[in-house]
Amino acid sequence: MQDAGFIFTAYAVTFGAIATYAAYIIRRGRRATAELPDEVKPWT
Amino acid sequence: MSWLDSAWLIARRDLLVEWRSRVALNQVLPFAAVVMVMFGFAIDDTSLMRRISPGLIVLATMFSLLLLVERAFVVEREDGALDALHIAGIRPSALFWGKAGALAVELAVLQAVLLVLAVVLYNAEVVPSGVALLVVTWLATTVALATVGTLYGGLAAGARGRETLLPLLLLPVVAPVLIGATRAVEAALGAKQAVTDGWPWTGLVAVFAVVFGAGGTLAFGPLIEDEM
Amino acid sequence: MSGAPTATTATPATRLLGIAAVVGLAGVVLFGLVLTPADQSQGESVRMLYLHAPTAWVAYLAFAVTALASALYLFPKQHALGWDRLAGASAEVGVLFMAITLFVGMLWGRLTWGVFWRWDARLTTTAFLFVTYIGYLAVRRLGGTPDQRARRSGVLALLAVLEIPLVHFSVKLWRGLHQDATVLRPDGDVELDGLMLFTLLLGIVAFTVVYAWLVIHRQRALTAEDLLDEAGLDVAIVERQQEALV
Repeated sequence: MQDAGFIFTAYAVTFGAIATYAAYIIRRGRRATAELPDEVKPWT
Repeated sequence: MSWLDSAWLIARRDLLVEWRSRVALNQVLPFAAVVMVMFGFAIDDTSLMRRISPGLIVLATMFSLLLLVERAFVVEREDGALDALHIAGIRPSALFWGKAGALAVELAVLQAVLLVLAVVLYNAEVVPSGVALLVVTWLATTVALATVGTLYGGLAAGARGRETLLPLLLLPVVAPVLIGATRAVEAALGAKQAVTDGWPWTGLVAVFAVVFGAGGTLAFGPLIEDEM
Repeated sequence: MSGAPTATTATPATRLLGIAAVVGLAGVVLFGLVLTPADQSQGESVRMLYLHAPTAWVAYLAFAVTALASALYLFPKQHALGWDRLAGASAEVGVLFMAITLFVGMLWGRLTWGVFWRWDARLTTTAFLFVTYIGYLAVRRLGGTPDQRARRSGVLALLAVLEIPLVHFSVKLWRGLHQDATVLRPDGDVELDGLMLFTLLLGIVAFTVVYAWLVIHRQRALTAEDLLDEAGLDVAIVERQQEALV
């Protein structure tokens, strides 16, 4: 299956990119919320 | 002051500033000419150059548009011009059309010069049957680029830290004009298609002009607001 | 006093959403790579469609949300910044998904058509949408107050709603001049059997859940950052005032 390389790359890049971005925004969110009191946050 | 008077005042002011400083004349026009020459160096195939000369004219116009728009808005940043206009009661839509009008004059001259250059440098030929199409396309393109340029200029030009954003925003947006104007001029110069095939493309450019004329009238206010 | 602040943008609802997202994505991998058959004409490369179509759908959804949220900020008198943050978060996620769409699409195109790129209406418009988003995100980073940011990018998003159809129509008209004969139907749509269709729909649902999860977290992070900036400004003002008193 020659196409295997392409297909694998497509899946790997898709999930990898999403996972990386998810990690990035979670980290950013944690850093920003660490210093704010809970009362101010609309979701707590 | 009536809306028409305000717009006329703004247009006159912009053109006077240009006339006194001659920036468009002494810098942008030569830039456009340099671009046309550079295309010649890069392409190096006379028959090909002749066939694609409409595309090259329109491309050179687009690049020069960026410089003209930047210039139009640098003028506003200096000496708090926008504040003064706001206090004077000039409505944003009048400001928009005044600036677009001045920009249109500059663009009209620019395109005419580029056509002459294309005839000289690339051996482009204007066929008599295509003159009407050429003129209408020239007008439609001028209005289209003037409106969209003024609108995006209000957002991205003139202020420090923003000037490099203008090309990124403006060039993709003018794609329909690029496509339409090029196909229309190709037809008008008899380079690829029959002259009659060009008219729908001019129509596309005209639609663009109407859309961004309306869009600019409405959106210019909120954009300029935060500068005041 | 409520004790130490919770340093997270998660809530029970988003944790549930997150679990659903992971399960959904696992399902896509299982069905897409293992359980579904190869296509009769496209062969194994059809497996990429289970990624490409859903991510394209999400990218367009994200763009629509950005435009709608921008309108909801601009038009009502109160100019609620929450809408602006939603617009920004959705645009960021949209850029991500659009990049994935284009990348996977190029790989698929290489296998199916033999070329990475074709100048057809859909692809070209998608590329334009991508560049427009990037411009939108750049405008959001111009600085200034959150309201300035919201107004500039909001207007831009609404202008894009005007501009993208124009671009699409122009490119369609333009490519209409060049009718390329292709073995496959030009846009690569395939006849899908039951299981393949299910996988495609599963993909759409799963990626939409992922989109929702990402946007909620991103928007909350943006809210926290805006509030921090505001608080920082308040602190600076108080400090300044105290300097004046001394």
